[in-house]
Amino acid sequence: MSWLHRNLFSSPTNAALTIAALYLLWVVIPPFVDWALIDAHIHGTSREACAGGGACWVFIKQRLPQFIYGLYPESERGRVDLAFAILIVAAAPLFVPRFPAKRWIGAFLFLVYPVIAGFLFTGGVLGYREVPTNQWGGLMLTLIVALTGMAGSLPLGILFALGRQSELPAIRAISVAFIELMRGVPLITVLFMASVMFPLFLPEGMNFNKLLRALIGIMLFSSAYMAEVVRGGLQAIPRGQYEAAAALGLGYWRTMGLVVLPQALRIVIPGIVNSFIALFKDTTLVLIIGLFDFLGMIQAAATDPNWLGFATEGYVFAAAVYWVFCFSISRYSQTLESRT
Amino acid sequence: MSDPRLRAIVFQVLVIGLVVALGAMLFANTLDNLSRRGIQTGFGFLGNQAGFNILSHLIPYSETSSYGRAFLVGLLNTLLVSAIAIVLATILGFVIGIARLAPNWLVSRLAAAYVETIRNIPLLLQIFFWYFAVLRSLPLPRQSISIFGVAFLNNRGLYLPSFDSVPHLAGLNFQGGFVLVPEFVALVTALTIYTASYIAEVVRAGVQSVGRGQSEAAYALGLTRGQALRLVIVPQALRVIVPPLTNQYLNLTKNSSLAAAIAYPELVSVFAGSVLNQTGQAVTVIGITMAVYLAISLSIALGMNLYNRRTVFVGRS
Repeated sequence: MSWLHRNLFSSPTNAALTIAALYLLWVVIPPFVDWALIDAHIHGTSREACAGGGACWVFIKQRLPQFIYGLYPESERGRVDLAFAILIVAAAPLFVPRFPAKRWIGAFLFLVYPVIAGFLFTGGVLGYREVPTNQWGGLMLTLIVALTGMAGSLPLGILFALGRQSELPAIRAISVAFIELMRGVPLITVLFMASVMFPLFLPEGMNFNKLLRALIGIMLFSSAYMAEVVRGGLQAIPRGQYEAAAALGLGYWRTMGLVVLPQALRIVIPGIVNSFIALFKDTTLVLIIGLFDFLGMIQAAATDPNWLGFATEGYVFAAAVYWVFCFSISRYSQTLESRT
Repeated sequence: MSDPRLRAIVFQVLVIGLVVALGAMLFANTLDNLSRRGIQTGFGFLGNQAGFNILSHLIPYSETSSYGRAFLVGLLNTLLVSAIAIVLATILGFVIGIARLAPNWLVSRLAAAYVETIRNIPLLLQIFFWYFAVLRSLPLPRQSISIFGVAFLNNRGLYLPSFDSVPHLAGLNFQGGFVLVPEFVALVTALTIYTASYIAEVVRAGVQSVGRGQSEAAYALGLTRGQALRLVIVPQALRVIVPPLTNQYLNLTKNSSLAAAIAYPELVSVFAGSVLNQTGQAVTVIGITMAVYLAISLSIALGMNLYNRRTVFVGRS
């Protein structure tokens, strides 16, 4: 009772605010719960099952495989599951504090896993049916774009950050120009560049596919942001550390690799995670250049003549999925922060 | 090679050589590809007739206008959307940022929930939601949602009163006043709501950066909470708030390019979309588009630095 008094009704203004907030909740929550849960339809297989008000989760249920795998052939989807299962099993130990041989697991994930995953997704050898990238889609494509973007932008970003802090004027100029250019323009223009200009860059007859171009675009874009995050960490390392490394006779790369970067990267973990979250949200932009990622599949399903009028269900579902991913990443980084 | 200075020079020359060689190769390939496709390089195409219409334009524009004119229309629409969304997002962001720090438990929880929800949902999804799920499914003009009888909302857009007339139903549609197309309303709504969640965090961090002693001193002088905020805390917090706030404004301006996904005719959609498709001038068009955004970013960054230099906190010496 005293808690109520202290926190909600301590003064007339406060009481008025409380009542206004309660009213807001009353206007928003009950209708939403009615729509999403109480009046919702979950049984059935066609839109006829969704007569009357309420959300039509039948739509989501029927389209779920497409939302997850895009147009990946049904018979081959086990390969996608396998690739992600390997990833989860291999990466899980990294989240356990003080698990042995983390370095080797990391090396496996960075060097060996991409080859395995690429082989499983693409196929075409050892009797596996080939699945061209234009059939990839849905959540699977979103995760592929996000994970390769993260894996690529971190090392690239570190390189550009080192370049920007370098004592060599030419290296510094090139790094600054790249970083400021990428940070000054919207991602979508970079993606347009990747999709319409990259083909012009290559000699005649040579071409590479749309997904790869988008991946390169995203990687370059987010590496510029990553570089600025890492630079913050580099600047936080006291001069004494550099001098001590020099006194030990370490060269530039060993100073950076053994002394500076391990400390700098630890400081900027929150910033790196924030960049990862931004990158994850930014993957949705690939739909503008014609790739069918998770949101792209939702959008395609919402405009399907058989299911017109259920766009809201699609968007609410998509929002929930993106939210769960982003929110859990940010919560994890907060626990990581408090642990170190 | 044992002299570090010599090594540094050799290394730099190598890197520059590599970059120049790569650039030259790309340039040669591009020229080669363009000439094979019969596309002339240069800016000459900007004078040609565009031949497509643009849904909403601030300056006179028709199908007979030039590509250069279309570029201007797009640029002005980008600036218009950004300016309006910046004003609205700032207001909403400050309200939510202050609400997060309110002593009222319910209000601060609500504000926190808003921030945590909105930040973690991709902006493009939010734009789609407002455009396809909300505005496109509004009633027809005859069943418009009336806002105090002077403004009307329906699936053709938002009808607002202007200085000389109030919108009224005539036949199947509204006459008088002026109309904001649904694409515009959806884009501004999404940008406002999304950016406000970031501005709220900026404001919260700024207010929290002002030492406790400042507010205690203000209360000791007999100022009310409102007065203390307005006269003591906000002026000091602004110094911390303004740099990240301009960053958010820049982000918003860049994010307005997502309008391409719902075909609101701003710079990217008109120029890097329609004009590029018609002319095939990939390099020039993308180059100009990027240069515009870069110019906006750099000039705001410059202004920011000037502001910072003026307001930087000078401690007692």
